[in-house]
Amino acid sequence: MTKRAFPPVYIAGVAETPLGKVTDHNEFSMVALAAREALAEAGMTLKDVDAVFTNYMGEEGSVQLGEYLGLRPRYAESSDLGGASFEFFVHHAMLAIAAGRCETALIGYASRQRSRRSRRRAVAADDQSLSAQFEAPFGIHFPIGHYALSAARHMHQYGTTLEHLAQVALTARLWAMKNPKAWSREPLTLDEIMISPMICDPLRKADCCLVTDGGGAIVVTSAARARDARKKAIRVIGAGESQCQWQVAQCPDLTVTPGAISGREAFGMAGIKPADVDVLQPYDNFTHAVILYLEDLGFCKKGEGGPFVAEGHLKPGGKLPSMTSGGGLSYNHPGALGILLLIEAVRQLRGEAGSRQVPDAAIGVAHGTGGLAFSTASTIILARD
Amino acid sequence: MASKTAYDIAAVSDPTTEPFWKACSEGRLVVQRCRACGRHQFYPRPYCLSCQGEVEWVEASGTGTIYALTTVRVPVQPELPPPYMVAIVELAEGPRLLTNILGGSAAIGQPVRLAWRRRDPLPPLPVFTAAG
Repeated sequence: MTKRAFPPVYIAGVAETPLGKVTDHNEFSMVALAAREALAEAGMTLKDVDAVFTNYMGEEGSVQLGEYLGLRPRYAESSDLGGASFEFFVHHAMLAIAAGRCETALIGYASRQRSRRSRRRAVAADDQSLSAQFEAPFGIHFPIGHYALSAARHMHQYGTTLEHLAQVALTARLWAMKNPKAWSREPLTLDEIMISPMICDPLRKADCCLVTDGGGAIVVTSAARARDARKKAIRVIGAGESQCQWQVAQCPDLTVTPGAISGREAFGMAGIKPADVDVLQPYDNFTHAVILYLEDLGFCKKGEGGPFVAEGHLKPGGKLPSMTSGGGLSYNHPGALGILLLIEAVRQLRGEAGSRQVPDAAIGVAHGTGGLAFSTASTIILARD
Repeated sequence: MASKTAYDIAAVSDPTTEPFWKACSEGRLVVQRCRACGRHQFYPRPYCLSCQGEVEWVEASGTGTIYALTTVRVPVQPELPPPYMVAIVELAEGPRLLTNILGGSAAIGQPVRLAWRRRDPLPPLPVFTAAG
């Protein structure tokens, strides 16, 4: 791949919204709080924002969020790649800033899916959509059933085991125990995970992410503006995205995610190898997802993700510390996890992650997915200057 | 099976998929085949995704193998009390479809054959059973 000279672009501020169960705010006030905090880190105010990115904030989400914050952006996006949207928003913000179409982008998101009890289990069947015709009648659980089919296929094809999956859940919990903001912090054993009830074989309850309220805000800006930042700004050195199926039966290979493409794009742009990565934030909506990403991003060979996890490389002290916040499995999963992956990646590279800090972390990856059984992928590679 | 006029095809179809659901109401599983390149495809599109040629409807043999399989153990919708199996079946003709596997147990790679699940007044659904 030819490397082109590219004006450097930075993440200059990050903040979580209130997390867990949020009863004293609505989604917009949650984002507003996070936006003020992230902008303060960047040494900025709302007046500096000239681009807005959001997803799942209602119809024409960027318009609704822009109005709430009193913004009149010259670049805006509320397109939907599911939970990976926030990684590809960084990608698109980077391109827009580099092209001079905006200078400071605010990426924001919040959900109160836990408080609202808004998750459904069935594919919408009340219209004549293709999903209503060809998925809903068969009672596939939305989205656990879709992901279960991919896990089952990976186990069949590569010998991945239930214990490999459990090791991912265990790893997330070991990290969450070091994070005061994590939803699930009590100690957990492999045996306890292995007797967790099956939801959709082979996925147990313990293989599925949390359902919590939460969200965040991220400020992406030019090198010139990043100099104003009160905290260390972190450079975006690689970005990529891709997508595959919506209906699960349309996926040509359920053992390969679009991360194989987004990862290749991101590593190609950054000009680094997976072995150069110090800390990984994978979108752990389900345990086997992490195993598939390790393979698709090139941290191990195809089919070897399960043993790679079982060897302990992702745990505290391992060679590829991953899910260092506790991830979607144990820290927080507000319906779309991608924004929290970026926030944790930045904090690790700034060296402000407290007792869960990965020593000397200089290069970090946030890898998002979205949709149903890896419909989408977006990979962001970040580096400390 | 009841006469096709007994089924409410309009409730579950659109103009592109109507021939599929009409065939289901007659107990036939049909897929599209390209008149130019011979490739089969499912779900229905207005032309062949491989070569953009014209497609025709052909009856599938009704045999296939299980590509992926899960057992749903929590209630999702009232008409399907758990546990029940949801699978992706690869038809002998090539295309894959989401479906149910009837019976007590099944495994990925297992051969299956076509069966039907009634849901009157909607057209019956193509589901599968172990082929032995």
